[in-house]
Amino acid sequence: MTVHNIRHGDASDGALSEAVGGRLSRVDGPAKITGAAKYAVEQRLEGLAYAVLVESTIASGKVRAIDTTAAEAAPGVLQVLTPDTIISLRTASDWFGTPPPDKPYCPLARDITFSGQHVAAVVAETFEQAVAAAALVKVSYDETPSIVDLSDAKAGDGIPIDAMTKEWGDAQAAFASAPVRICAAYNTPREYQAPMEPHGLIARWEDDQLTVWEPSQWLDGMARTYAEWFGVPFENVRLVSPYIGGGFGSKALALSHGAVAACAARMLGRPVRLVMTRPQTFTGYGGRAATRQTVAIGADANGKIQSIVHRGVNETSIDGMWVEPLGSVTSIMYATPTFSSKQNVVRVNSVVPGAMRAPGENPSAFGIESAIDELAYEVGIDPLEIRLRNYAEQDPHAKKAWSTRQLREAFATGAERFGWFRRTPEPRSMRDGNQLIGWGVAAGTYPVRRAYGEAIVRILADGSVEVESSSIDMGQGTYTILAQTAAETVGVRADDVVVKLGDSRFPRAGVTGGSRLAGVMTGAVYKAATSALDQLVGLAISDPRSPFHALQANTLVVANGRIGSPRGDGPDVSIAELLKSVGRDHIEATGDTMPANSTSDDRYKNYTTIAMALPHTEGDYSRHSWCAHFIEVRVDEDFGTVRVSRVVSALDSGRLYNPKLAESQWKGGIIMGIGQALLEEGIMDRRHGRIVNNNLADYLVPTNADIPDIEVISVGIPDLHSSVLGGKGVGELAIVGVAPAIANAVFHATGKRIRDLPITLEKLI
Amino acid sequence: MKDFSYLRAASVDAALQAAALPGAMLLAGGTTLIDLAKCGVTEPETLVDITHLKGLNSIEVGERGATIGALARMGHVADHGDIKSRFPAVSEALWQAASAQIRNMATIGGNLMQRTRCPYFRDPANFPACNKREPGSGCSAIGGVTRGHAVLGTSNACIAMYPGDLAVALVAFDAVVHLGLRQVPVDDFFLLPGTTPNREHAIEPGEMITAIEIPGSASARRSTYLKIRDRQSYEFAAASAAVGVEFEADGRTIRDLRVALGGVATKPWRARAAEDALKGKVLEPDAVRAASLLAVEGAVDHGANHYKIELAPRVVARAILKLGETA
Repeated sequence: MTVHNIRHGDASDGALSEAVGGRLSRVDGPAKITGAAKYAVEQRLEGLAYAVLVESTIASGKVRAIDTTAAEAAPGVLQVLTPDTIISLRTASDWFGTPPPDKPYCPLARDITFSGQHVAAVVAETFEQAVAAAALVKVSYDETPSIVDLSDAKAGDGIPIDAMTKEWGDAQAAFASAPVRICAAYNTPREYQAPMEPHGLIARWEDDQLTVWEPSQWLDGMARTYAEWFGVPFENVRLVSPYIGGGFGSKALALSHGAVAACAARMLGRPVRLVMTRPQTFTGYGGRAATRQTVAIGADANGKIQSIVHRGVNETSIDGMWVEPLGSVTSIMYATPTFSSKQNVVRVNSVVPGAMRAPGENPSAFGIESAIDELAYEVGIDPLEIRLRNYAEQDPHAKKAWSTRQLREAFATGAERFGWFRRTPEPRSMRDGNQLIGWGVAAGTYPVRRAYGEAIVRILADGSVEVESSSIDMGQGTYTILAQTAAETVGVRADDVVVKLGDSRFPRAGVTGGSRLAGVMTGAVYKAATSALDQLVGLAISDPRSPFHALQANTLVVANGRIGSPRGDGPDVSIAELLKSVGRDHIEATGDTMPANSTSDDRYKNYTTIAMALPHTEGDYSRHSWCAHFIEVRVDEDFGTVRVSRVVSALDSGRLYNPKLAESQWKGGIIMGIGQALLEEGIMDRRHGRIVNNNLADYLVPTNADIPDIEVISVGIPDLHSSVLGGKGVGELAIVGVAPAIANAVFHATGKRIRDLPITLEKLI
Repeated sequence: MKDFSYLRAASVDAALQAAALPGAMLLAGGTTLIDLAKCGVTEPETLVDITHLKGLNSIEVGERGATIGALARMGHVADHGDIKSRFPAVSEALWQAASAQIRNMATIGGNLMQRTRCPYFRDPANFPACNKREPGSGCSAIGGVTRGHAVLGTSNACIAMYPGDLAVALVAFDAVVHLGLRQVPVDDFFLLPGTTPNREHAIEPGEMITAIEIPGSASARRSTYLKIRDRQSYEFAAASAAVGVEFEADGRTIRDLRVALGGVATKPWRARAAEDALKGKVLEPDAVRAASLLAVEGAVDHGANHYKIELAPRVVARAILKLGETA
């Protein structure tokens, strides 16, 4: 897919907006708004067949029998896949690249471990025929008791995850002897990514070559999984994913429905399309795990922390493992002489939970940032002041200097813009008629995850520039910032850069997750573009046919697509003219940020697993993004309804490659945080172990009417320890801390401390 | 969704004839019907499209009242100047219902036929027991997730909440449903579940809603619809109230009062006990709050929906007091 020289922005976007750091509008915007952008499952293929999944209606047990007679006889049906009839696959390695056990893998289940598990699939000539036939598949079960959730008596304490333990000093003893102690439990429910585009794919086999059109946050990682499932070389699998209608962490891995579609295509010898229904997106893959934390803080009478003792639990599935690192913010936000954090995971009859915007940091911040607010009230200190008194001047866990930490600036700037100092501290002390008004503050953070990237930059005969990468754009702006990077580095206008993404045949990229892509890929494109520019200038200086040859210059300047001498005293030609004069139809350079001695195996591992990601505390520094949210809520004292009426957030994501797009992502994170705080919750029927609000009418996400004006302010400075061009993570940062800021504001408004999300009206009336 | 045939009715009579065939259903805006077909709750054999019938989408408002054609769109009625001035509760109920996209498609007649959002009713594959879908099969909701279920008008067979807004305003102001020649008061049009929750409306095979008539009144003119919910827009009511008041010449004494509840009952719920307690009294906050408690007399909760019993009287009281402020 290509974004062809799409005009961008409005007239106010001057030339500067095209450089890195400029406010260039999204170059893919017009294609999306006009409908020209073709999403993965919109490909029109000859002979396309349609697959529909049949899911388990029990949460635990075994499939006794599947009667496919009626479905097979239904009009248009091509095949009915069951665990007995589907072709056998091999188990694939996990995302760390751990070699898998040598055993077969079946994406359709005989042993049921959660309600909504795929047990069969029907493939038909049309989608409607497949839907109708799927309803005729009769599955009978031998049901066994299930473990519903964390509160189930059968759930137990779970499995200790030793790798999550973080301790220094004797935190228990320090807590026991602290003059001021607070201790409370904080819970977050199952939450769902709810992307607008549901998961789905088209799979097509041509001999042993598999092409998969599928929304993907990780083309090379998913291609590896498909290749391992089917026992074909990695190179035989092509993933195509030019646009993604929202991922939020849920589209990074090849999932069982993808295996079903690819099996069906192989068995039929026809391309097969499979798209999940909206209800299936609540059980076909994991949302955010439900979590429980207890946070105990011991402090002196001035609110200076002496001890933090933290215990966390998250749900995982019966046969999968998901760890939501609940001590991730707890262990770095505040200076404390003693600390203890431990975590268990509990197996319940659920689909294995997955990544959802800031996994770990998000619930972790809800615990510690609520608890610090409770401590502020306990000792009678302003909630902002207590954060400054306990400010961590270095990483308290890693004992390393921060690469950059503009959190103090975030507090100061946010407080000033919000008017925090006009706040009256007493709960229920601010009101407007029936509306109780509350102001809350909370901080957020997200680590800088780093990896290596690769890109091709081509300077073409017409002087335009082409960038290729198998990385993706799911709305965050990759197309745009890579165009800006190439434009600035080569010296052309962003309009003259074509960025091609979303095809695993392009130079490889690792996962788009953990807010790492922008930092990784701007670095790779910068390197490739620098190398292409060097070639261009080298040709211009040294090629006897070049108009600059006689000049005997050491270097030349390329700007706005034209080449000239630094002093402007020689020829001035366009890139196209130069290439023509030296007889070249293009210049091509591959650039990557891999260490110089990397082997091809290293490269494969880097792009198809997360095993080579660099720790954020590698070397001398601890690298994180930071933010402070100041939020006003209005709570109706009779009805308990909470509305967010004002948000001011100051954020440190280092250097911004494109402030307009970064602000948009920050606002998106804040909006998602408002949903998490007030609305979002998978509601369980405990008798059936099934989430019953599995649709977007009953699983509530915020509407426009729920969202006030949001002011976001960048307080970051370039951080060259974090990335080649100085940026830190953007995408996940801003959701972290929103829910506790709202809960703290609700306490200020009402005097009620809500420690279980979401804060629905019945908890306040 | 099963394949179905589609035909476009040329006249009301033709529509009624076609709709009387087994497995046939009338199609207007389609916002409920298509949704329920996707869920597998309804499996029509034939859809009889009535959207092209002439003369059924008018909105006529005069001194005696309003007559709204069954095919008038929710959005049009909500934005109609005379509806807004003479029946503010009706306009406000419509504005706060559904989303702009749905209001632009859905018709007034179809809106009255909207079915419950009970998640057990809407998921036949996972919850085969539902007396509303399959009489005698049982109720999956009782003992299950009940946060959105009714506390008034329930039976042992069904606790599904009536989800609509418009009909709450209609029942407050004694509106009448026109079924061709026959006319039924809205309060009688919606049936209590009792032992037959599958039967929701007093409409017979071969009948069709042609219009809704709302009598004009002073209380309708001074009326409001207050809808409370966790999400500010596009959510069904946790509790709502349609309220209208008419004062005596002193501007304080209540001559007529209309109160109906939404979001809490198995049908649009007229709260006559609350009305009667305040008629003839001076509108004053404590009396209003005390009388509002009568609106949920006889309420029975099923655990997670208990909050509705607390919430609904507060919504009623706020709505009445708001009308008093504008006196």
